[in-house]
Amino acid sequence: MPVITYREAINQAMAQEMRRDPLIVVMGEDVAGGAGGSAGGAEAAGGVMGITAGLATEFGRDRVIDTPITESAIMGMGAGAALTGLRPIAELMFADFIGVCFDQIYNQAAKFRYMFGGKAVTPLTIRTMIGAGMGAGPQHSQAIYPWLTSVPGLKVCVPSNPYDAKGLMIQAIRDDDPVIFCEHKSLLGMEGEVPEDPYTIDFGKAAITREGTDLTIVSMSWMVNFCNEAADQLASEDFSVEVVDMRTTSPLDREAILKSVRKTGRLVVVDEANPICSMASEISSIVAEHAFAALDAPIKKVTAPHTPVPASPKLEALYIPDTAKIVAAARETLEYEL
Amino acid sequence: MQLSRDELLSAYTKMRTIREFEERLNVEFQKGTVPGFIHLYSGQEGIAVGICEHLSEDIDYIGSTHRGHGHCIAKGVDVKGMMAEIFTKSTGLCGGKGGSMHIADLDKGMLGANAIVGGAPPLAIGAALTAKTLKTGGVAIPFIGDGAANQGTVAESMNMACVLNLPVVFMFENNGYAEFTAASYATAGSIEARAKAYGMPATTIAGDDFFAVHEAAREAIARARAGEGPSAIEATAYRFHGHFSGDPQVYRSAEELASVREDHDVLKNFRKRVTEAALLDDAEMDAIDAEVLTLIDEAVAEAMAAPEPTEADLYTDVYNTYQ
Repeated sequence: MPVITYREAINQAMAQEMRRDPLIVVMGEDVAGGAGGSAGGAEAAGGVMGITAGLATEFGRDRVIDTPITESAIMGMGAGAALTGLRPIAELMFADFIGVCFDQIYNQAAKFRYMFGGKAVTPLTIRTMIGAGMGAGPQHSQAIYPWLTSVPGLKVCVPSNPYDAKGLMIQAIRDDDPVIFCEHKSLLGMEGEVPEDPYTIDFGKAAITREGTDLTIVSMSWMVNFCNEAADQLASEDFSVEVVDMRTTSPLDREAILKSVRKTGRLVVVDEANPICSMASEISSIVAEHAFAALDAPIKKVTAPHTPVPASPKLEALYIPDTAKIVAAARETLEYEL
Repeated sequence: MQLSRDELLSAYTKMRTIREFEERLNVEFQKGTVPGFIHLYSGQEGIAVGICEHLSEDIDYIGSTHRGHGHCIAKGVDVKGMMAEIFTKSTGLCGGKGGSMHIADLDKGMLGANAIVGGAPPLAIGAALTAKTLKTGGVAIPFIGDGAANQGTVAESMNMACVLNLPVVFMFENNGYAEFTAASYATAGSIEARAKAYGMPATTIAGDDFFAVHEAAREAIARARAGEGPSAIEATAYRFHGHFSGDPQVYRSAEELASVREDHDVLKNFRKRVTEAALLDDAEMDAIDAEVLTLIDEAVAEAMAAPEPTEADLYTDVYNTYQ
């Protein structure tokens, strides 16, 4: 099976779907790049991270549209185009920029179907980049997927690896509801086996990335990789740790979480978001409400602190919930006695 | 350009329907039979109708505002379905989940009233992108108040529409007030000049003159359909009621309040013009008035008698599919 990067997996998913369906258009800042430049206007970037590279060259600028830096107009144009028959992929370059365009996402696209009495179909895919790890500072590093997850009408993807990134992206494009696809910037170069042929991954279906019986660790996106490392480290100490990768936070696979916790009796939730009203707090509350009797230890949350993301690499490393923090929390939970 | 008799009758019927719809809603709202907030379009009928008489239900789209009933009626949305929606009944166009500020009818090219000031223009340029991409020949018209003209979304949408050469006409309705604050205070410079600054043609016309709107719209819409890009129209508009039904309008002088109805009533102006030119006569317009009154009476009676949404309706239609 071919080994490609997370970046290439997303690119491949878009390219394959665009070949299949002429209604798909891509829009955003520098998704092609180079428009109007003195070098002649050829594709110059394919996105700041190269994720849309080659699309403009293959599909033309009518389908791969460089926009001004105006996120409300990008998100709104995507929503309006989706409402009237296209299947747009609108790029919000960094998720942090959502502050200037959130209305078009949560008040408009996400609510059309409900407030128009079930008659609207809005097949909009919003691609955006989340997360810390590059020293990019407070306004380019946040993991804001819990905000998005709380909005009825939106679906939220948080892929942790190249295989999931391709399958979830194709599902997002084919889905008839608005989907926000959160690409983690620290995963873009991650390599993995990815089938060449198109495939989809159902939303709301978690993956078990490590099987175990002593402890459940639930996570999503970049953090899953640290959780896997933690599980492997603890295995050498004869602890059997199960890792549940949510893959989508809306819909959220509650059954997978509960099933694992009922098996292990112990839960650590790992979330790169700030702790208050996070996925960690939501998942903890689900388990406390529905699997209380199965718990043999208090639920432990490993999250970022309640601070902005610092630019200093030293401080950012302290901010990020890494493998060592996860191992420490896991060990405390495993060793807890009622 | 001279309108045909049928075109004049159609325009008059739509304007009269909007007026009767809104005046009746004002009465009903004061009685407490209508939930939520109601923003009335009375006085601005010539603008919605002057635009929409050029539009097709199949390929053309409009984006609306919180003051959206008139835009809906002008675009051909079913009056009884609208009334039922405003009464939030299950028979309403949106099943009672949208209400006055969210009436939409995608089959008629009506992208929704919009309770967010400046919310619709980005959506309208999206509909224009669809028209351009699929080569339908369609156009999209966002209606924009003087208040919304100050929102960043409007500036962003004008720029984007020009950059991408989209088939859009930005229809600004300057009724002089953003809620309770005058445009003369809150809107710097001129809206027409702002539009022109993006390089698109823009013109200012009298919104109480149906014929002026109709003519300006003809040119702008033809330009958009021909692929020549966006343009803007600013219409001076005359809001008969306050920001919402029940607004005591203490911020407007008695003279101004009397003048908007006496001197700037688009229906009176229309009737005078067509009777003086012997294009239509009073009797046939009186007959239309009577028909419209009956329609509105029926719409209210049917809306009041219609069933409420059921408890199950609370949970449906959030997603097409979920898990």
